[in-house]
Amino acid sequence: MIVHSIFFYFFSIIAIFSSLMVITSRSTINSVFFLILDFISVGCLFIMVGAEFLGMILLIVYVGAVAVLFLFVVMMLNVAEQKQSWFIGKKSTHIPTGLIVSVLILLELLVVVGGWKYKEDLMSSSTLILSDTTNTHQLGLVMYTDYILYFQLAGIVLLLAMIGAILLTFRERVGVKKQSYLKQISRDPSSAIELREVKSNQGVKIDD
Amino acid sequence: MEYLMALGQEIYKILFVLVPILVSVAMIVWLDRRVWGLVQKRRGPNVVGPFGLFQTLADALKYIFKEIIIPASANKIVFILAPIVTMTLALVAWAVIPMSETLVLSDINVGILYLFAISSLGVYGIIMGGWASNSKYPFLGSIRSAAQMVSYEVSIGIIIINVLLCVGSLNLKDIVLAQKDLWYVIPLFPMFVIFFISALAETNRPPFDLPEAEAELVAGYQTEYSGMMYAMFWLGEYANILLMCALGSILFLGGWLPIMDIYPLNEIPGPIWMVLKILFMFLLFALIKAIVPRYRYDQLMRLGWKVFLPLSLIYLVLTASFLFYFDKLPQGNI
Repeated sequence: MIVHSIFFYFFSIIAIFSSLMVITSRSTINSVFFLILDFISVGCLFIMVGAEFLGMILLIVYVGAVAVLFLFVVMMLNVAEQKQSWFIGKKSTHIPTGLIVSVLILLELLVVVGGWKYKEDLMSSSTLILSDTTNTHQLGLVMYTDYILYFQLAGIVLLLAMIGAILLTFRERVGVKKQSYLKQISRDPSSAIELREVKSNQGVKIDD
Repeated sequence: MEYLMALGQEIYKILFVLVPILVSVAMIVWLDRRVWGLVQKRRGPNVVGPFGLFQTLADALKYIFKEIIIPASANKIVFILAPIVTMTLALVAWAVIPMSETLVLSDINVGILYLFAISSLGVYGIIMGGWASNSKYPFLGSIRSAAQMVSYEVSIGIIIINVLLCVGSLNLKDIVLAQKDLWYVIPLFPMFVIFFISALAETNRPPFDLPEAEAELVAGYQTEYSGMMYAMFWLGEYANILLMCALGSILFLGGWLPIMDIYPLNEIPGPIWMVLKILFMFLLFALIKAIVPRYRYDQLMRLGWKVFLPLSLIYLVLTASFLFYFDKLPQGNI
């Protein structure tokens, strides 16, 4: 038990420290690295309470994919200057929006935690048997039977978000040379090379 | 005192896994160069030790005694951290690889997810190294590499789901034991091929070694590294390749199981079969490095997203329908 609590405090202290560093560190890249550290330690905490599936999925999705995109954006765009100006003392216009969002999240958390306390049969389910099956088995049993509708709805929402992101960024570019693979592969010497007689002082017109 | 004893035992076990892996990484580098040489009608490294077996050790010794140069404009902490991250992640993943039914460091329920998570973290070593070098070639190389690894992870994930559908468990031991009658390489052969190619791309091996395409990018993300730090990138890369070979042999080639369960074959202990299968996979890797020319970058991305992803999705639907229709879905231990 002692070892367990030592590990718990170890990971939770790292998680809290790194999430503080995310908002206070001066360089944007460092913020992202601390965010990754935060994700990893929260994943470890998940594994410690026995939710091994959630912990691993957190690592795969957030650290392996989402944070990589964050790093991309931060490295490509010049986000650093914006953050610098915030430290120098320029007024940021994002504070009211941020405040609204954070107050909303706090309210939602209160509702969820409060609801948990007063609803007795939150865990009841027709198929879930809390025996010695593994965490992943239980998740699978519940997700595809009792909560299939929500599962599918979540999938549709994610698909919509993906299509929306593609539509927002898709722009037909005119005048850009594109490579057609079929054309490239199906070329053969007889059609690719052409011998022409070039007349003096007239030249050849190549249409391509 | 008890804790200390347990800790000592664990450390002993970890060393028992780590030391053979480091030694085999050294041997595998030699094998890679040797095969490469033989394909090109050269001799390959054959001077240091018998058959040149100690060549890698000599190289490592050379790297240790070289000076470590850190560029003046580099972000020093991230620059030093990057090879450490690569090396650590490559070694940490071996904790769950079962060499036989009992010979495994930690037998966790979500072993395959753990492996997948660790291999998806591998991208950080490269991004960090490329960014911290503060130079254009490493940065371009690392961006390329990150995009490549993230794209091919998607198809590897779906291929793993294919296998998991047939097994019904995320435990690596169960995955191997489920192949007692039939290795999955036979019913899932197209997936094995796609897995193999994706593993090549995931480990930045030729023909997908675009991150270090020397004609365009000098040496990619490794350009600014020298001495021991370069050697760590290099060893980490080969440890990752070995890991992918081990993963392939567990998922498709039946892990430590013998080819056929008949008398002289099933007397050979499991770890030897496992090592033989890993070596077979690595031989394929080495041959492909020697004989296939490099892909163009847009072709690589197209292959990942437009060919492999739909193909593996279609095969997933096929596998699921087959298992469902013939009522062969694994029931698991519920």
